Amino acid sequence: MSVFVFAGAAQFAAVGYVTQGLGWPSIVLLTAFLNARHLLYGAALAPWVVGRPRSLRALMAYVLTDEAFALGLRHFRTVGRLDLVGYWIAAFAVVWIPWNLSTLAGVLIGGAVPDPTRLGLDVVFPAAMAGMAVGLATGRREVTAAIAGAGIAVGAALAAGPPAGIVAGGLLGPLAGLALPGRERDEAAEEAAVQQGDEDHLIGGAP
Amino acid sequence: MSLDLVLLAVLMGAVTYPSRAVPLLAPGMGRLPPVVLLYLRLVGPAVLMAVAAVNVLVTVGPGGEPSLHIGIEAPAVVAAIIVVAWRRNLFLGLMVAVLTTAIARGAGLA
Repeated sequence: MSVFVFAGAAQFAAVGYVTQGLGWPSIVLLTAFLNARHLLYGAALAPWVVGRPRSLRALMAYVLTDEAFALGLRHFRTVGRLDLVGYWIAAFAVVWIPWNLSTLAGVLIGGAVPDPTRLGLDVVFPAAMAGMAVGLATGRREVTAAIAGAGIAVGAALAAGPPAGIVAGGLLGPLAGLALPGRERDEAAEEAAVQQGDEDHLIGGAP
Repeated sequence: MSLDLVLLAVLMGAVTYPSRAVPLLAPGMGRLPPVVLLYLRLVGPAVLMAVAAVNVLVTVGPGGEPSLHIGIEAPAVVAAIIVVAWRRNLFLGLMVAVLTTAIARGAGLA
C-alpha cells in the first residue's frame, strides 16, 4: 500500500476501514475524497513546471505528498525557480524511501514496539503538517488562510466527516487570505512574473 | 497481507494518482491570472493546517460519526507551531510535540 497509494493519511484511514469491515467501494471512494487535496497541491505546483516534459511531470505527480509539496514549494520560492534536484530530494530521499522502509520495518518488527501513543508518536503526523504550514506561511495572507482553513476544516469535518473537512478547509481557507487588503499583492505579482514571464529562468536556467 | 488487500491498495492508488497528476499535466496552467496564482499560493498553508486540525480535533466513532476531541494533542501541536515559528526548525518542533504528549500521558494528565 505504501508503494501504490503513498499517502499516509489515506493509508492510516484505510487500515481502520478494513478492520471495521467497511466494503471496498466505500474504502476506495473515501480514499479518493481524502486524497482530493492533492488536486490543490498539484495546482499550486503547476505554474512552476510549465514547459517540462509530460513524463517528468507524471513522475513528479506520483511522489506528490503533503511533505513533498511543502518542502518542494518552499524550496522553489527560496531559489526563485523550479529545482528538480531539490524536489527529488524532498520527494524521494526525505519521504518515499523512509516511508517505505519504515513500512517494511513496521511489518517485520512492529509487533515488538510498545504502544506508540504512550510515546506520543501519534502527534508526529499532525505536528509535521502544522510545522510545514508554518514554513509556507510567509505573510499575513498565508497565516490567515491557514487559520481559516483549520477552522473551516474542523467545522466541516464535524458536519460531514474528515475528508470533506480537509477539502473544505483547503478550498475555502485561501479565500479568507485573499480577502485581506493587498499589502502583499506586489509580492504575489512578482512571484507570478517569475513563474510566467521569465520562462527561461523558470525552466531551469541559472538563478 | 493477503492478495485481496494488495488489489485494494492498487485500487486506492488508482484513484489517488489522478488527483496528483491532473493539475500537473493539464494544459494552460502556465498562464493563470495573478489572483489565481495568489489563491494557489495560499492553498498550501490552508490544506496542511486543515489536515493537522482535523487530525487532532476530530475523531470518528465506530459508527462513522465524527465528534470533537479535546486532548493533549492540540496543545502539543500548538507548541510545535510556536517552536517552528520561533526557531525555524521542524525537527525541534516535532520533538517538543512528542515530549509534551508523552510526558502528559505518562503523568496521567491526558
